[in-house]
Amino acid sequence: MAELEPKPFPPGRYPLIVVGSGPGGLQLTYCLTRLGVDHAVLSQDDAPGGMFRRWPVFQRMLSWTKPYTGFDRSSREYERYDWNSLLAEEESCRGVMPGVMDGTSYFPSRPEMERGLVLFAERTGVRVRYGCRWETTRKDAGGDLVLGTSDGEYRAPIVVFAVGVAQPFRPPIPGLADVPHYGELRSVETYADRRVFIIGKQNSGFEIASGLLPWARQIILASPSPAKLSVNTHSLVGVRARYVQPYEDSVLAGGVIILDASIEEVKLAGTVYQVSTRNARENLSLVVEVDDVIAATGFTAPLRDLPELGVRIVGQSRLPVQTPFWESASVPGIYFAGTINQGSQGMMKHGIPSNSGAVQGYRYNARVLARHLAEAHFGVKTARRPMAADEVIPFMCAEARYGPELWHQRSYLAHVISIDADRGIVDEGISPLATFVDLEGPDGAAIALESNGHDDLYPIVYVRRHGAAVKEHLLPGHPLLDFERDEHRSAIAAALEPLLSPSLSRPRS
Amino acid sequence: MAVGELADTIAGFALFADLTTPQRENVVDVFTEQWFADEEKVLRQGFSGSGLYIVIDGAAAIRIDGVDRATLRAGDYFGEISCLLGEAPTADIVAIGALRCLVLPSTQVESFLKASPNIMFRLLQGEARKVRTTTKWLS
Repeated sequence: MAELEPKPFPPGRYPLIVVGSGPGGLQLTYCLTRLGVDHAVLSQDDAPGGMFRRWPVFQRMLSWTKPYTGFDRSSREYERYDWNSLLAEEESCRGVMPGVMDGTSYFPSRPEMERGLVLFAERTGVRVRYGCRWETTRKDAGGDLVLGTSDGEYRAPIVVFAVGVAQPFRPPIPGLADVPHYGELRSVETYADRRVFIIGKQNSGFEIASGLLPWARQIILASPSPAKLSVNTHSLVGVRARYVQPYEDSVLAGGVIILDASIEEVKLAGTVYQVSTRNARENLSLVVEVDDVIAATGFTAPLRDLPELGVRIVGQSRLPVQTPFWESASVPGIYFAGTINQGSQGMMKHGIPSNSGAVQGYRYNARVLARHLAEAHFGVKTARRPMAADEVIPFMCAEARYGPELWHQRSYLAHVISIDADRGIVDEGISPLATFVDLEGPDGAAIALESNGHDDLYPIVYVRRHGAAVKEHLLPGHPLLDFERDEHRSAIAAALEPLLSPSLSRPRS
Repeated sequence: MAVGELADTIAGFALFADLTTPQRENVVDVFTEQWFADEEKVLRQGFSGSGLYIVIDGAAAIRIDGVDRATLRAGDYFGEISCLLGEAPTADIVAIGALRCLVLPSTQVESFLKASPNIMFRLLQGEARKVRTTTKWLS
């Protein structure tokens, strides 16, 4: 019998520690390893996958992986269509997800997603100390962060928490503590012919309503705000199309009722619940009698004692306030990866948030974060490609058309090119857009994609010149989303003219 | 923060002085809560895609071409001119310490104000005061 390999990363001091082995933690440790940053990874789970080892409750993802796109599945261009695979440099580790999906849907099942993450971990050889639960945090006199864990004490000057936003949250409504939360849903047949009240009109509430449509006699969805739909917001804000069926059932007067009302109280009266509701706009109170109540009231980040350490948290999800490079805004040395990245808001142009709450968004954050950590804390110099002046415009057009970071993280991540008299023209790679527009830096340009909430997305170029405010230049959209056309080349040329004219006259370095 | 708590907080703000509690709860519901760290930019001079912001906690600087011109505090609002005119803001708004705001994207401001005549009137009063101040300063 083969001898079992000892668990990696025994208690001790490390240059950097990552906590978590969901997609965010896996992506970050892979990228850090590629950059040669020595670090440890700790996880309370027994295997890779994070929340996808349990959820979604109806066992199918909301993020798609489109198998046929005209692009090779190991290509960068394919990432735009594959929202679920983690990123890798090695061809055999790229585009893992389509290979594990059975073809019945372009939304992977939960087991397929979990299998994809396990495969990624196996193929890339990422190392994690599983079964090691982070329990406490403190700072020692030398400035190290000290993590108390189920396996002993760990120390590091830098810790990245990739612990998800999956801890059930219940608002302080009388009686709500006693009703099941999203993750505590019983098997669907036990809801047969019952009246079910779902508190919450986000995706989790609509997911449950969709799953119970063939079983429940009546479904009531209630929360103060009207339901938003992603097809209307042109973003991931709102209920995704897959879960809209209860909405149609409601508007066509089937068995679903959607209430815009706050929940005042949930009371168990014998074998039934009485749910007291109030519509703020019309000041209308209703008491609804049902057989079951389910709290689809969201999730929080399980940050344990980090707030006591000074990590500022905000909002219902208790997200830590973060810098554009995902460092705690109040405790230096503590960083975040994965869905918690939502606490770094970015530009929020047109009120549209980033996609950092989803794999397709935060996988790119993790890669940018790894490079930032490597360069800022470990003296790693990552390669920057010099460019010729005549490359710049076609390159920016191609990025707008194909760059997956731009497509998945609109107005949040941008491709940056510096155009500097001494260094010449350099491809600086992907960076948080907020850092480009808000921080000092060399002259240059950044290209991003932007949504305004009603039109199709369009490219946008930001130009930074020494001594002048950063200027934005909106580029035309295109019905076929082709941004490599004459009008785009002309618009970029006009925006970059003050920067590129001197460069064009210089020989290529 | 819970809807009821926020609705109580904004009860003291001039913009919402005429609203009943349910109406204030509705405001809290329509707006989104956002937080900013010290020196983080909330609005950027010359950039599209702004919104109407109401300061809940903390303070923010109105910064034009790098020079701080005034300070906004709890109950103050900003971004309304760019929303009403459909133009980019003419100043940066920068957090001074931790800042918490309620935000309504510019695309929703018109319909919100038309549905809320009391708030529209109070906003108009605020703009009138700004014009008066500017006129005094010029004269």
